[in-house]
Amino acid sequence: QLDFWLAPRGAGYPVDVRVPFPSLQPLKAHLEANGISYSIMIEDVQALVDHERTEMLRSPRQLPLSTNTFDYATYHSLDEIYTFMDLLVAENPNLVSKLEIGRSTENRPLYVLKFSKGGMNRPAVWIDTGIHSREWVTQASGVWFAKKIILDHEKDKGLASILDKMDIFLEIVTNPDGFVFTQTENRMWRKTRSRHSGSVCVGVDPNRNWDANFGGPGASRNPCSETYHGPYANSEPEVKAIVDFVKNHGNIKAFVSIHSYSQLLLYPYGYTSTPVPDQKELHQISEKAVAALSSLYGTNYKYGSIITTIYQASGGTIDWTYNQGIKYSFTFELRDTGRYGFLLPAKQIVPTAQETWLALKVIMLHARDH
Amino acid sequence: DIDDVGHKYHLELVLEDVLDKDSTVNCTAEVLYHLGNKNIAPDVQFTIEGELKNTDEADNIFYNRIKSLEKELVAENIPDSHGNVSPEMEPIHLLAWVASGYVIWQNSTENTKFQLAQIKHVKQVKRSDEYLEFDYMILLHEMVSQEIIPWQMTVLWHPQHGVQVTQDSRQPKHA
Repeated sequence: QLDFWLAPRGAGYPVDVRVPFPSLQPLKAHLEANGISYSIMIEDVQALVDHERTEMLRSPRQLPLSTNTFDYATYHSLDEIYTFMDLLVAENPNLVSKLEIGRSTENRPLYVLKFSKGGMNRPAVWIDTGIHSREWVTQASGVWFAKKIILDHEKDKGLASILDKMDIFLEIVTNPDGFVFTQTENRMWRKTRSRHSGSVCVGVDPNRNWDANFGGPGASRNPCSETYHGPYANSEPEVKAIVDFVKNHGNIKAFVSIHSYSQLLLYPYGYTSTPVPDQKELHQISEKAVAALSSLYGTNYKYGSIITTIYQASGGTIDWTYNQGIKYSFTFELRDTGRYGFLLPAKQIVPTAQETWLALKVIMLHARDH
Repeated sequence: DIDDVGHKYHLELVLEDVLDKDSTVNCTAEVLYHLGNKNIAPDVQFTIEGELKNTDEADNIFYNRIKSLEKELVAENIPDSHGNVSPEMEPIHLLAWVASGYVIWQNSTENTKFQLAQIKHVKQVKRSDEYLEFDYMILLHEMVSQEIIPWQMTVLWHPQHGVQVTQDSRQPKHA
């Protein structure tokens, strides 16, 4: 019944043993009778265990220490994700850097990770997750993508060839104010946390705030609505920061904005049923990307333009980026199709990220070659 | 298009058992959305080709477990923020899903797409007869408007008599 925590190795080496209460006296007698010295390290192991349990339940989780021990299969707080970013950069300074592209309404920094093997203003791919804060699988997938790029940038030929010619920009928490709100107050919060026009209602839908038929059908002028477009285009600092970044960079070739849920891959337009000039090409890329995604776990995706596949929406992100000349503009709606919806179980984070990554690679490879 | 009446859809669909993905059954249905009046639920006729799985055993286990509780069941946030549903709460979750299907049907138009987003709160109501009664506060997610709509529903269930929603009402949204 003796539980050795430091097993016997040989003469002269100490041994640590946990002793159940009934065996205490007999063991002491035995050690003394044989002239073996001992000392008590822990008087009451159970008390220690009980104390640790109350501590763990009470205090917030410790911040991660390395991206190798980071738990990708659980949802994290904003602080944990921001710490993750710093760790990733510190561990891979030659490949990743962190850029601050602006500040949110509540003055939180808006961070973008830049993955680059060098060069000057190379053509680039942009990926954002978490623009709608309740879509938690997206931020969690963004974290996974960041690590994946680090792990695979040399051994995966496709990714290596992409990074030989292009940079990847990844904004993991595109709406940090909303994200914190989903963790502290309302898990179902979607919008930003800005206050406008003296309304009692808070927040603007960041995916209706872009300058692409802003204020048209498919967005609401009611500040209390989940699809409120805001007082004017780019009123939201979270949106303005990306607009400024895209315009200043000037060489973005592919732009992917990630949402959940519904399992869809979408291309422009959302504001009009007039097809984009590149509709055929975008449709073909989507078909390939969806096939790659499905190949992993059999997850079914539909694809098409926003307006024909999901609904009419004006002021949307990829309508604006497409009209800026970024041909390869796509939006994903990740798992699932409604069984858990926004509350996707954490154990689906990694499979979702893995399958989505395959689709992203199809898009990035196409952008590299065209 | 049916003049002066509404829009009728003929559907061929496959029903898949949520708890057993390989168990499927074909179904045909006709749905008529009435013209104009948003307050009438669409008419639905359906035929199931084949049989649904027998669930008597699981139903009885759940029924007896709830009947033998000393205190009325109370729970909240199912699933929780991380998508977790404890095994004991899974039948409560499934019951809400079925019952919300009725509420969704009664409130659907051609321009809505509802899903059950979460059970905010559920409370068992003690009854003297053999039925189980649960008072649910649920959140419905409406896809087109993206709104989260709180909804109260009172649900009756019995293994042999099935599900009934005896009362339901839309609740005001928080700010």
